Amino acid sequence: MAQVSLEGIRKVYPNGFKAVKSTSFTIQDGEFVVLVGPSGCGKSTLLRMIAGLEDITEGTLKIGDRVVNNVDPADRDIAMVFQNYALYPHMTVRKNIGYGLKNRGTPASEIAAKVEDAAKMLNLTEYLDRKPAQLSGGQRQRVAMGRAVVRDPALFLFDEPLSNLDAKLRNQMRIEIKALQRRLGTTAVYVTHDQVEAMTMADRIIVLNAGQIEQIGTPTEIYHNPASTFVASFMGAPPMNLIEAEVADQQVRINGYDGLMPAPGSYAGPVTMGIRPEDVELDEQGSVTFRVDILEELGAHRLLHGAIADQPFTVMVNKDHDVQTGETRVTLKPDALRLFDAETGKVL
Amino acid sequence: MADTTLETPAVTHRPRRIRWETVGDHVVLILGSLLMILPPLLALTTASHDAVTIHREGLQLTIGDDLGKNFHAAMLEKGGFTQTVDGTLMLMNSFILGIGFAVGKIIISMMAAYAIVYFRLRFATLAFWMIFTTLLLPLEVRILPSYEAIQKLGLTNTYTGLIVPLIASATGTFFFRQFFMSVPEELAEAARIDGAGPWKFFIDILVPLSRTMIAAIFIIMFVFGWNQYLWPTLITTDESFFTLVRGIKQIVLSYTDSQIPEHGQALALAIVAMIPPVAIVIFFQNWFVKGLTESDK
Amino acid sequence: MKRAGFDNIWLPVALLLPQLMIIGIFFYWPAGWALQSSFFLQDPFGFGSTFVGADNYTSLMGNDQYKRIAWFTVVFSILVTFFSLAIALLLAVKADKVLRGAKTYRTLLMWVYAIAPPVAGFLGILFFDQSTGPMTKFFQMFGWDFKLGVDYNATATAMIIVSVWKQIPVNFIFFLSGLQSIPRSVREAAMIDNRSATGRFWQVTFPLLAPTAFFLLIINITYALFDTFGIIDALMKGEPGNNPMTLVYKVYLDGFRGNDLGGSSAQSVILMVLVLILTVFQFRLVERRIHYT
Repeated sequence: MAQVSLEGIRKVYPNGFKAVKSTSFTIQDGEFVVLVGPSGCGKSTLLRMIAGLEDITEGTLKIGDRVVNNVDPADRDIAMVFQNYALYPHMTVRKNIGYGLKNRGTPASEIAAKVEDAAKMLNLTEYLDRKPAQLSGGQRQRVAMGRAVVRDPALFLFDEPLSNLDAKLRNQMRIEIKALQRRLGTTAVYVTHDQVEAMTMADRIIVLNAGQIEQIGTPTEIYHNPASTFVASFMGAPPMNLIEAEVADQQVRINGYDGLMPAPGSYAGPVTMGIRPEDVELDEQGSVTFRVDILEELGAHRLLHGAIADQPFTVMVNKDHDVQTGETRVTLKPDALRLFDAETGKVL
Repeated sequence: MADTTLETPAVTHRPRRIRWETVGDHVVLILGSLLMILPPLLALTTASHDAVTIHREGLQLTIGDDLGKNFHAAMLEKGGFTQTVDGTLMLMNSFILGIGFAVGKIIISMMAAYAIVYFRLRFATLAFWMIFTTLLLPLEVRILPSYEAIQKLGLTNTYTGLIVPLIASATGTFFFRQFFMSVPEELAEAARIDGAGPWKFFIDILVPLSRTMIAAIFIIMFVFGWNQYLWPTLITTDESFFTLVRGIKQIVLSYTDSQIPEHGQALALAIVAMIPPVAIVIFFQNWFVKGLTESDK
Repeated sequence: MKRAGFDNIWLPVALLLPQLMIIGIFFYWPAGWALQSSFFLQDPFGFGSTFVGADNYTSLMGNDQYKRIAWFTVVFSILVTFFSLAIALLLAVKADKVLRGAKTYRTLLMWVYAIAPPVAGFLGILFFDQSTGPMTKFFQMFGWDFKLGVDYNATATAMIIVSVWKQIPVNFIFFLSGLQSIPRSVREAAMIDNRSATGRFWQVTFPLLAPTAFFLLIINITYALFDTFGIIDALMKGEPGNNPMTLVYKVYLDGFRGNDLGGSSAQSVILMVLVLILTVFQFRLVERRIHYT
């Protein structure tokens, strides 16, 4: 068990590509941190640097109290679960799980006992003598987990471990992984491009974009108070509505629309205004006209896609609302309004 | 009624037309198969006759009485110009060449391919090109200088001189390189995290993973080595180093120089020379085809 | 190279050393030596050599016999390549089509791969035997007095037939695996779009096989140039005088029988250049092959 700290970590590839720009953060002991971002944002590179599979160009990486920049992956006391599981295809499940222990010179009897324990924990006992090719996707995923768990490392690293599973299994494994990590209390870093995984599993989320941290925070913080338009549009499904507006005299006016709303704060000038689709209410007396083009049925909710003053806009309503396409009036909850700098996209 | 009479011919006509086409396909295939099978088969049946019959009548379709006698003579009686070599010795030499070549090539090229693919090495690119240039020039093209080299090293009439120069081409290395590149990256990474060093990864993971590839390459290389003719002809002048394929012409010539050529024995020897490579290709057909088509050479 | 390679230095060097040593001693040294000695005239009694510049090359170019052998090599390669490819393609298409006995046919049509060229040549001697050979009798039916090893054209014909026979299996295997790798859905789409089986073959199947065919073209030319040595040597029956031969056989003959080291080396160098051209061509095609898939 350990805390992990990164100080000014950078990664520049030999071809000059800056995969990760100077990055610093600390992961607390026992914490489950999710690195999330679109593909190419540097999240996998960051994880691989923590694992020791990728050299660190600059900066200091500590696991526990030890600087591990130049420590071999095998000696960092970590375990990693890969996207394609990377099981050794010619070894049985038992040997796959025990291979790391064997290389560390653990006595055979101890390996056997630990493998049995790990298998029991992951419901793999009856598959111990099978080869990976004879297992289903979910079972392989569990073996990969078993290989990580059995060594009782200080740190778990997950590299998009669920992306090869179908939706149903993914939901189930999400819960299992989280529960397992809770039980073992091992620090975990989890990389994904799926914001649902990030929201549901993380103690804290780190949102990355173009090699830089956009925001660090709990899922609630990230969701309700996104630090930038990037975070606002990346996290949450459907994403936050972002429309161009103007602030003057503590009043917001949506571009191309003449209605006014009270603005939070005291900024003046062009802004990007953000509001979550569920923070908009249908209201006959509402101050804003919303044109509904398409109704999307989600069961418990309905999504209304359309536009306000010709800017795309989505509203989420409860299933009991009966809505027709065409013009309607809405109210935007004042305390849910977020304003971003129109130029930089940073929150104001 | 009218409907059914109209439809019936169409229904019965269709399968019949398809059947004729299939029959045609089979005829072509059977003719092709006969073309491939008949010559060696005739060799076998002819080898069962005595020398006089073969000399007078040529190839025989029937099975005669002398099969055992001819094989016995071919395998155990000393032949050649110096009367020092028999079929058994040549068979053994063929196995030494075939297996020695295949095993040597697999070991050396796997090691080289591993070094090239899995290590961050400054001169890896240079080594790569040095090795792959050898793909350009088959041994036949540089046969004379290669022979000179062997002679200067005093390796004529040795197994080393026979086998090692044949290994000096990159076909195996190229093949294993292709295969190693197709192994998922994460496997090596997982092994590193599991505490396996480069040597352990090679022995514990990569070699077992390559088992079918090794088998496929072994078959191709064994057949290739077994069937070598030009190189052994140059390197081995001492008949005790003759392989079957290298010796067969010499033996045939010495048989045919006599009054009544011993074609029966020569054929028996030819058949012995065919059996091992043919057997390995037939029994391990799937591996063989896989190795051949995936190595592209 | 892999993303995360090992950083060790001595292990890869040790792993590479055997291969590098072997190619150094048995490839680079001989190849360089051939290049060098092609510019020298070797004394026939082994008393040193004199530098003659490009004389060995120019005398080759002016040599009628050499030109005739080069011409035969070209004709021989074209005929062997064409017939073995055509027959193998026909057989592969049929073998790919039939359902019953497909595996047996495959075995029967490929096993000859394992027969050594000189052994095939020896079988050829018996089939083309002057007095008893069945093929000889076949040609005599057309009024051709077929004399293997005596008549230039007869020997050439026998060489071509045996070489084609020996090469059919390789081509068959590649064509069949090429056919089998054409996706089922593509064939089904073609079935819906085109009624005629012949039309489907030339418009859909054959273009998809083209990369395989190009690749085989190179393989077959290489085979005809080099790997037929054993067949040619056997069918010549030890009488190189008035019989046809390929360029490689000539290198062997001059270098090992005629002791003309300089001339033989010059011939080797010419062959090397020829192979280099073929290989460059082949690499181009391989690149295209990757494009296709």
